Amino acid sequence: MAKSSNEAFWWSLFSAGGMIAALLVPIHILLNGIAEPLGWVSTDHMRALVSHPLTKLYLFVLLSLPFFHCAHRLRHVLYDMGLRGLQTPVAVLCYGAALACTVAAGAILLSI
Amino acid sequence: MKPYNRPISASWWLSKSSYLLFMLRELTSIFVWAFLIYYLVQLSHLAKGTEKYTAFLERHASFGWILFAVLALVAALYHSITWFNLTPKVLVVRKGEEKIPPALIAGPHYAAWLAISAVIAWIVLRS
Amino acid sequence: MAERSITLEVFRYRPDKEQEPTFQSYTVPYREDWVVLDALNYLKDQVDGSLSYRWSCRMGVCGSCGMMVNGTPRLTCAAFLKDYYPGPVRVEPLANFPVERDLIVNLDDFMQKLKSVKPWIVRDQEQPISEGEYRQSPAELANYKQFSMCINCMLCYAACPVYGLEPEFLGPAAIALAHRYNLDSRDQGQSLRKDVVFGHEAIWQCTFVSECSVVCPKDVDPAGAIQQEKVAGALDLVKSVLMPWGSR
Repeated sequence: MAKSSNEAFWWSLFSAGGMIAALLVPIHILLNGIAEPLGWVSTDHMRALVSHPLTKLYLFVLLSLPFFHCAHRLRHVLYDMGLRGLQTPVAVLCYGAALACTVAAGAILLSI
Repeated sequence: MKPYNRPISASWWLSKSSYLLFMLRELTSIFVWAFLIYYLVQLSHLAKGTEKYTAFLERHASFGWILFAVLALVAALYHSITWFNLTPKVLVVRKGEEKIPPALIAGPHYAAWLAISAVIAWIVLRS
Repeated sequence: MAERSITLEVFRYRPDKEQEPTFQSYTVPYREDWVVLDALNYLKDQVDGSLSYRWSCRMGVCGSCGMMVNGTPRLTCAAFLKDYYPGPVRVEPLANFPVERDLIVNLDDFMQKLKSVKPWIVRDQEQPISEGEYRQSPAELANYKQFSMCINCMLCYAACPVYGLEPEFLGPAAIALAHRYNLDSRDQGQSLRKDVVFGHEAIWQCTFVSECSVVCPKDVDPAGAIQQEKVAGALDLVKSVLMPWGSR
């Protein structure tokens, strides 16, 4: 039974991460990927915003679950492209990378 | 009498437009991941102070980086739209014998998306 | 008026005669109201009696005549020649299944998978006859009716790349069938089906390509059924974590 409840767990993370990514990523690309570098946002305002603990909490949600969403998707893309024989290493690689990114996010947000 | 097996080709997803669109939808996750890493790096520079932060932003105003952001945005939009459009398949709400029409499941998701995006934009852009 | 004709390129495999399949080109009369099955029947009657294929009702309810028509799984009794004119029309056995002969595929794997989900009403306790029949409101029927419309034609398996890549995958029709019984108010067998449906080779293999629902001739929407079972699986996990003392 362990195998199947593992899958339910990863799918739940995928689901939650997918909803968060769908709702939040586009606007963040617009703001943080385009508007900010082009100078349309006050850096002082941004630094003040991000320093707030609630913002850090929000950003942690944005920078954790979507990593697991992407990892789950990419794991299955690799299977669908023919790497099905390497089931376990592929899964470990994908979820491991997501975990590493999440830990890095936590560390960076705490350092602000 | 031996049955004949016809194994699926590794390029199965190139053989039909619906399969290709599926694969592109899945591959948007590469762009989403890449942008989130970019954002994480940006935040790490923000943590180092205004000077480092401003320098980072200036470096990433180049044509190449803005192009990356635009491509990531297109990918993220494709993810969002395909995601919300699929919600009626996953969330089935019944009123007696009738099923709530798909538009009334997907619609509120789109509305929430726009509202949340507007709120975030307002928070960030107000001076 | 000159009679119009259309070419069919038909997959042939005669294991008694050859190791590899071939394609044979036939020219059949083109009629506005003919379907591919009519063309195949014409071929067998008038041109080549050795052609082997399955069919029965010729009206889209038996599920026997599924084949690949120009690379798409179709019921040949529902595929009109006029949609393919001027052709040629390529007719092959259903993808992702072993070919027995010509257009006939081996159904064993599919049949075994259908059985594995216990597609019948499961009761903890059978209601005694004296209590009468199991009553079900129209709303309760509506809950699962769509998923009960499956005619076992296997077009969904032919369309599913995951099944193509992973023959162990339980597949769209079997999962939709399990879902049909899980949603039936008379059924109490959801936990009995868990091992199979929530198993590693079942719902979690599906990547929601959705091609199964696109090709389904009865609008069963197996893709939707699978996603709904995934939600059930996730909720089941939450329940087992929060309430580990729960039944089964």
